[in-house]
Amino acid sequence: MLELKGITKKFGSKTILDNLNLTVTDGKILTIVGPSGAGKTTLLRCISGLETVDSGQFLLDGQPFDPATNRDNDAVIGVVFQDYQLFPNLTVRQNVTLAPTMVLKQSAAEANETAQTLLAQLNLADQADLYPYELSGGQKQRVAIVRALAMRPKLLCYDEPTSALDPDLRREVQQIIVQLRDEGITQIVVTHDIPFAEAIADQMLRVEAKS
Amino acid sequence: MHYVNEILPSLVSGTGMTLSIFFWTIIVAIPLGILVGLGMTTRFKPLTWLINIYVWLMRGTPLLLQLIFVFYGLPIIGVVFQRYDAALFAFILNYTAYFAEIFRGGLQAIPVGQYESARVLRLTRWQTLRRIVIPQVVKIVLPSIGNEVINLIKDSSLVYVIGLGDLLRAGNVAMSRDVTLVPLVLVGVIYLLLTAVCTIVLKRLEKHYSYWR
Repeated sequence: MLELKGITKKFGSKTILDNLNLTVTDGKILTIVGPSGAGKTTLLRCISGLETVDSGQFLLDGQPFDPATNRDNDAVIGVVFQDYQLFPNLTVRQNVTLAPTMVLKQSAAEANETAQTLLAQLNLADQADLYPYELSGGQKQRVAIVRALAMRPKLLCYDEPTSALDPDLRREVQQIIVQLRDEGITQIVVTHDIPFAEAIADQMLRVEAKS
Repeated sequence: MHYVNEILPSLVSGTGMTLSIFFWTIIVAIPLGILVGLGMTTRFKPLTWLINIYVWLMRGTPLLLQLIFVFYGLPIIGVVFQRYDAALFAFILNYTAYFAEIFRGGLQAIPVGQYESARVLRLTRWQTLRRIVIPQVVKIVLPSIGNEVINLIKDSSLVYVIGLGDLLRAGNVAMSRDVTLVPLVLVGVIYLLLTAVCTIVLKRLEKHYSYWR
């Protein structure tokens, strides 16, 4: 369980997140919705440690932790970026196995096996040896999901997962997120796509734009 | 033909000098260029200032002038180089600056998202550089590096100014002695062969890196 207590984030004099409290229940989907500029992405970046917060506390299973400095070998938070950010110089398989072998020190065989299973699960088994430029947008997104999952995160975050997808692919990513929830993975989804958010959410957070 | 055979040995030995300057400069200046290029992208201001001044000096004055300064100027402050060492020192200093600018451009072309993506996967800085950033930078900079490499072959002819016997100088000597342009024609042909080899190698390298986009 991830708890946020009194999280405040400012850029200069502009307060983006103001004393925010939030609890993310294990195995559930939390969607964060709101208009552009309301701080949805900033919140996600704070949770994933890409931004430091000005005040407030993060608790993971009751233990305080700092996402920005957490560097131990216990994977905590995975992120699927809006533009996926796959590594173009590596194949799909290498994209997925790079961090497990280098960070978690898994053997190549072990990492490959996990990658194979996860890729097959998200219908990417035939794409394992392709490079990202050879994939469609939906496939790239699934690779990004697999790459994050391979690190066995306690929590998986998505930034605007439907923004670049047509309606069919939107349904597909919806299925994937629900399927992962059924497997017990805790997920946070940032989106401005309200119908999509309502379709997947166990819990919803609405953030308002600050004037 | 008889004449060609007669002057060829001196041209070949001149080519040896040209190649030796060429290879040593490449071998030292490219890795140094990567390091200096990395230095230019740090947020540590004094370092970037220092590097910018260095690059400005190296790119802002003729290489010929730098050669003369290293060989004739530095002894005044007690730094004495042999001719060959002076040439190498000047070439490495000069080319490192150009390579550094190229690598800086390549490094800045990598989207921030690539670093963030690596960061949330908890790769270290060094792992990120080695496995993700540098391979992409190499691909981006290859054409520009190729340009400099070909320039370097021709620039190496500047070492005549401190009395080293390179390919062009060997041709010059033969021309003045025998009052004929034939040696210079040969010199031109040899330069063309050398640059042709470089061009082929560079094309191969670019092809090697074309397996991803």
